Amino acid sequence: MGVYIKNNSFDQLLTELSRDYIITAPVKLPGKGAFSDTPLVTYREIRGAGEIEFNEKSRFSPKEIIYPITQTLFYFTENEYSRPAVPDQGIIIFCRACDVHAFRRLDEIFLRNGGCEDIYFAELRKKVKFFVMECRESFENCFCVSMGTNRLEDYDVMLRVSGDAQECDARGDFAGIFTGYGEAVEMIPRFVEENHTKVTVPENIDRQVFKHPLWEEYSSRCIACGHCTVSCPTCTCFTMQDIFYEDNPKCGERRRVWASCMIDGFTSMVGGHGFRNEKGDRMRFKVMHKIYDFRKRFGYNMCVGCGRCDDVCPEYISFANCINRVNTIASGVSAHE
Amino acid sequence: MNNAYLPFKAAITGVMPQTASDYTYRLATDLDVRPGQFMEVSIPGVGEAPISVSDFGSGWIEMTIRNVGRLTGVIHELKPGGHFFIRGPYGHGFPLEEFTGRDLIIAAGGTGLAPVKSILSRHCSGQGRLKSLTLLAGFKTPSDMLFKDEISAWREKIDVQITVDKIDENSSPWDGSTGLITGLITKVPVQNPGNTRVIIVGPPVMMKFSALEFLKRDIARENIWVSFERKMCCGLGKCGHCKIDDTYVCLEGPVFNYTRAEELID
Ligand code: SF4
Ligand code: SF4
Ligand code: FES
Repeated sequence: MGVYIKNNSFDQLLTELSRDYIITAPVKLPGKGAFSDTPLVTYREIRGAGEIEFNEKSRFSPKEIIYPITQTLFYFTENEYSRPAVPDQGIIIFCRACDVHAFRRLDEIFLRNGGCEDIYFAELRKKVKFFVMECRESFENCFCVSMGTNRLEDYDVMLRVSGDAQECDARGDFAGIFTGYGEAVEMIPRFVEENHTKVTVPENIDRQVFKHPLWEEYSSRCIACGHCTVSCPTCTCFTMQDIFYEDNPKCGERRRVWASCMIDGFTSMVGGHGFRNEKGDRMRFKVMHKIYDFRKRFGYNMCVGCGRCDDVCPEYISFANCINRVNTIASGVSAHE
Repeated sequence: MNNAYLPFKAAITGVMPQTASDYTYRLATDLDVRPGQFMEVSIPGVGEAPISVSDFGSGWIEMTIRNVGRLTGVIHELKPGGHFFIRGPYGHGFPLEEFTGRDLIIAAGGTGLAPVKSILSRHCSGQGRLKSLTLLAGFKTPSDMLFKDEISAWREKIDVQITVDKIDENSSPWDGSTGLITGLITKVPVQNPGNTRVIIVGPPVMMKFSALEFLKRDIARENIWVSFERKMCCGLGKCGHCKIDDTYVCLEGPVFNYTRAEELID
């Protein structure tokens, strides 16, 4: 259902929706960026439409809304366990086409892999409604067209900024609610059809590519900071962490916290032994997961081409570039960056 | 919806010290376990870690736990009557049906003896359906030897050969061999390579060289199984720590046929 809604009415619409939904969107936080005077675009719960950053790509992905950086799995006392409460409301996420595709990847791991549903993820995931902000044109480092994640069928609402108004295509229950705030128009979603950055993901990756000297170069460049994995909308790994309370050590909580395969200790076992000590091997592990082994297991690539890893790397290591180098090597030609 | 992360309390009914740092814990539980599977063991507030089941029977399981960190340190303080928490079992164990009527050789390095102990104890108490069983085991020093009493009993029934890397001053008296376990593999009698099946469990380097040695003894790749040890935070295919290529060790392992294991590049 296409609806044209003036910005002040859109704000009132969000006020109405906030009775039943937690509304989350990218917001611009001044001075919180990578360099002290630059802004940071990140996800927050919002109160009004004015807070939403429609024009820039967010540095962090929306995955943290339902898969928080630190999540309490249960609290315990001497005799019982209890789980943190799950909110009653639904969750609206303002995001981009590629972000919705990324949620499908998270679903694959948390809801299906191993035949077991992760209850913490599942309960929040059911509540999510996607309000997708059209990308008027590709942002820097985006390569969604190459990954086939630029287009989208399954959104709840599609939004296009149009002067001082929003053109919306609202579906399901939202169609009725949206109509009350504007006039009916025809709204056919438009998607980015070209990115400046293009990648070619090789169909088959021979085991020789795993051992190629290409990876050694990353051993000297990468500083194992993990920014690329933290910003990635499809990274799912976590580590368990137990804490107890100072005033009563018999009470505490078990949490999970995001983990990164790029950071030291990801594979270390108590007693010392670990794998992939070289950063180049970690880069290989990460890249292969995103463009090769996830696909072998689930039938489609994990990477959605949002380019956030390239936005955030302090060493200017380009993931997109790496994919293309792997492609060149996989097709039997030697690559030079 | 079932919460797969929630552990349950298991009462300790016995603690059997094996070495200064390895204790075997017997827990009261009705879990249905297969040799080679593992549990997530935890103490809330301290931590959680994967530990392989070393033996099991009706109403109990045993795990042999080495004191190497904070969690295992706290567990080592526990006595019968105490408890810790477990969830599982996880993973695929050894494919016992493949071993029926076969000559099975087990090569175990150090604590690698724990995950195969239940195969040995079953066979030696007449429950197995193997044609024969041979145990080759390697430890750092004589004092690192696990399951000493059981090994003496097994010797009555099967061929057991033990080697140690070195004999240090604190060692118990030693009349066995010294040197790497690969030395035992070169000499172990193999009557009929085609009917022989092999299990190798131990540190990565030990498993790699042991497998190469068995290949030289004309054991086919597909007749060798290994068990991997990895960091595993969930056991459910979610946390990602155990993944190698498209394989999740917690789901498809920890036991792998060698034809698959040799393809896995960490
Ligand atoms: S990757 Fe494509 S869909 Fe995602 S933000 Fe960039 S242009 Fe938009
Ligand atoms: S952001 Fe760059 S430097 Fe940091 S871990 Fe990732 S590739 Fe390495
Ligand atoms: S142990 Fe978590 S994915 Fe295997």
